[in-house]
Amino acid sequence: MSKPKIATTSMCGCFGCHMSILDIDERILDLVELVEFDKSPITDLKEFTGRCAVGLIEGSCANDENVRTLQKFRENCDVLVAVGGCAITGDIPAMRNNIPLQECFNEAYLDGPTVYNPDKLIPSDPEIPLILDRIYPCDEVVKIDYFLPGCPPSADAIWAALTALLTGQPLELSYEMIKYD
Amino acid sequence: MSETITFTIDGVKVQGAGGQTILQAAQDAGVYIPRLCAKEELSPFGSCRVCTVLVDGRPQTACTYPIAEDMIVESDSEQVAAIRRDIIDMLFVEGNHYCMFCETSGDCELQALAYRFGITAPKFPYMFPKREIDMSHPEIFIDRDRCILCARCVRASRDLDEKAVFQFVGRGPDKRIAVNAESRLVDTNIDVTDEAISICPVGALIRKKGSYAVPYGQRKYDHEPIGSDIEKARKAE
Repeated sequence: MSKPKIATTSMCGCFGCHMSILDIDERILDLVELVEFDKSPITDLKEFTGRCAVGLIEGSCANDENVRTLQKFRENCDVLVAVGGCAITGDIPAMRNNIPLQECFNEAYLDGPTVYNPDKLIPSDPEIPLILDRIYPCDEVVKIDYFLPGCPPSADAIWAALTALLTGQPLELSYEMIKYD
Repeated sequence: MSETITFTIDGVKVQGAGGQTILQAAQDAGVYIPRLCAKEELSPFGSCRVCTVLVDGRPQTACTYPIAEDMIVESDSEQVAAIRRDIIDMLFVEGNHYCMFCETSGDCELQALAYRFGITAPKFPYMFPKREIDMSHPEIFIDRDRCILCARCVRASRDLDEKAVFQFVGRGPDKRIAVNAESRLVDTNIDVTDEAISICPVGALIRKKGSYAVPYGQRKYDHEPIGSDIEKARKAE
């Protein structure tokens, strides 16, 4: 029997959760024994090559490309895990949820203290992903099976979750593995 | 001397003094009932509902309900835990709780309760309300994103500091903490040493200087759930 596949992605996040995945240290050798990485920044595969047992989602939905990525993960993964605060609540990116989008653009491209933009253009090209009106936590877009909170979740928590899900054990996080910071 | 009252919590007979609330009597007996708005040195308020227990089968707030002879209290059951978990979930989604940069993270009682209940994500959608921050005071600020309207600061400022700096304004979703001045905290007679600030269970009232002094791993609720001290007292007996 071939090894199960896992896929990962970082949407509107900071890649900190992926750093925490790498932070499992030498246990990554055990992980490679257990699984094969499919679409993931770690393999740089842009498309799914087959059905995945587990999909790890970092970050929330800030633009239409994030939404399509998330939907593809839902289609191709048996179990989807929202990894980290951004995927679960929106967290830091969601601080813009109270500010009208036009004000965000003005601050970023016109009025910000360090902006240099002599043509006063706000980028709007069909090639650029369309920014959504607000940040959408992952479970507002697709069904999420498990949540792994933390900013980022500790490597121990990620390891506990992955090994449980890949070996068919119930996912039980100890007190010290559930952290919101 | 007040009379002794015998009642039952989770099938165990407990004795308390007349006039005590369920929360106080349970705590003296080493039974931890989760709470946010209740605090020993403050008068009972009953706003957060986290201390909900079943009294003879009906939901009541343990922090305001006086004990009575032969009363049957249910606290440690799946039904009561579900009520409390939902309340904690609601407190999270109706504010903007950015734990990852909050000065109180690790010492926050709301966060600690969520940890104790093993909440990985709230089951309700986030409301992302718009809340104002008051940075006017040189040493203290109000971050209403984090406020859970427990009124601890209202009561502490009035009863312990004897100043009445804080009060609620607005109703329903517009209810918010406000100060006894035209609009700004700096225009009040609040002092950085006031009880009203340190008594905040979350990070809504913060002293500006000295934040993040305690490293990750050494904060109050990093290793042991909130209420462990009360439960340990029972085990030690």
